[in-house]
Amino acid sequence: MKGLRYFLWGLVALAAGLFGLFAYQLTQPKDEFVESAMIGQPIPAFDLRPALESQPGLSSADLADGQPKLVNIFASWCVPCRAEAPQLETLRDSGAEIVGIAIRDRPEDVAAFLQVYGNPFTRVGADDISEVQLSLGSSGVPETFVVDGNGVITYQHIGDIRPEHVPGILARLREAGA
Amino acid sequence: MRVLLALIALALAAPLAAQDSLPPAPYAYQQLEDPELEAQATELMHTLRCLKCQSQSIADSDAPMAGDMRHQVRTRIAAGEDPEDIRAWLIQRYGDYVSYQPRVTAATWPLFAIPLALLVIVFFILRGRFARRSKGAGE
Repeated sequence: MKGLRYFLWGLVALAAGLFGLFAYQLTQPKDEFVESAMIGQPIPAFDLRPALESQPGLSSADLADGQPKLVNIFASWCVPCRAEAPQLETLRDSGAEIVGIAIRDRPEDVAAFLQVYGNPFTRVGADDISEVQLSLGSSGVPETFVVDGNGVITYQHIGDIRPEHVPGILARLREAGA
Repeated sequence: MRVLLALIALALAAPLAAQDSLPPAPYAYQQLEDPELEAQATELMHTLRCLKCQSQSIADSDAPMAGDMRHQVRTRIAAGEDPEDIRAWLIQRYGDYVSYQPRVTAATWPLFAIPLALLVIVFFILRGRFARRSKGAGE
């Protein structure tokens, strides 16, 4: 009889614990970011046409030339990309080499965007059907990857780069051998 | 009257353009010519998550990125790739989250093991009870 009573209290405790877990999980902020599983992997082979008339396009070979780089995935129609433009300038002025991949964008729109918000890129490739974006495991714009001199992805920053992110990204770039 | 005009103006206002200006990828809204291949592609697309609108499958979503993912799926299937290889290609890039089809992994095996364990326990409890009852009836 006593055993049954303990058993029933045990059930009550189990149910209370379960509801406590639900309450805890429901009050946690939801993480919407889908991180790339490609960190530590070599960049997949690709060759993108130039997104601008005045600058070369981007291929995977350009990313394995011995020099670590930031690969910025952006678009002229993306509002947070405007917000991060000053931080990209800061990164470039701190010695980072930045290459761009413009997602689903027309040359004239890219040119107008870079005219207004500044052009921190040495190369800009045009990804018209998000093919390279998908192959990198990137799920939106803007995103920034750190790629080392051998073309291996070492870090992914999701969302716009805010001023407080700049030192961290520079540190990741140094770790990659800059 | 002024309210009516304001309402009409509101109804005609174009939504803020947060979308790209390029046309969709060729196979985003275009089915494959071979109905059998299209069936394979559709089946796969219903079990892949749209990364932009995360509660929808890429078959259900009108997000440009979902269209680009459908293009990938259809062109790869048309090129003779196996649907499960395409799923593996995406999981390699985005992790298990991109697929709606559950897999047995180090993190998910209890989900598959617990129902089996419960069935086994129920079987032994019921067997014990029936054995006791038939013994009682025999007396």
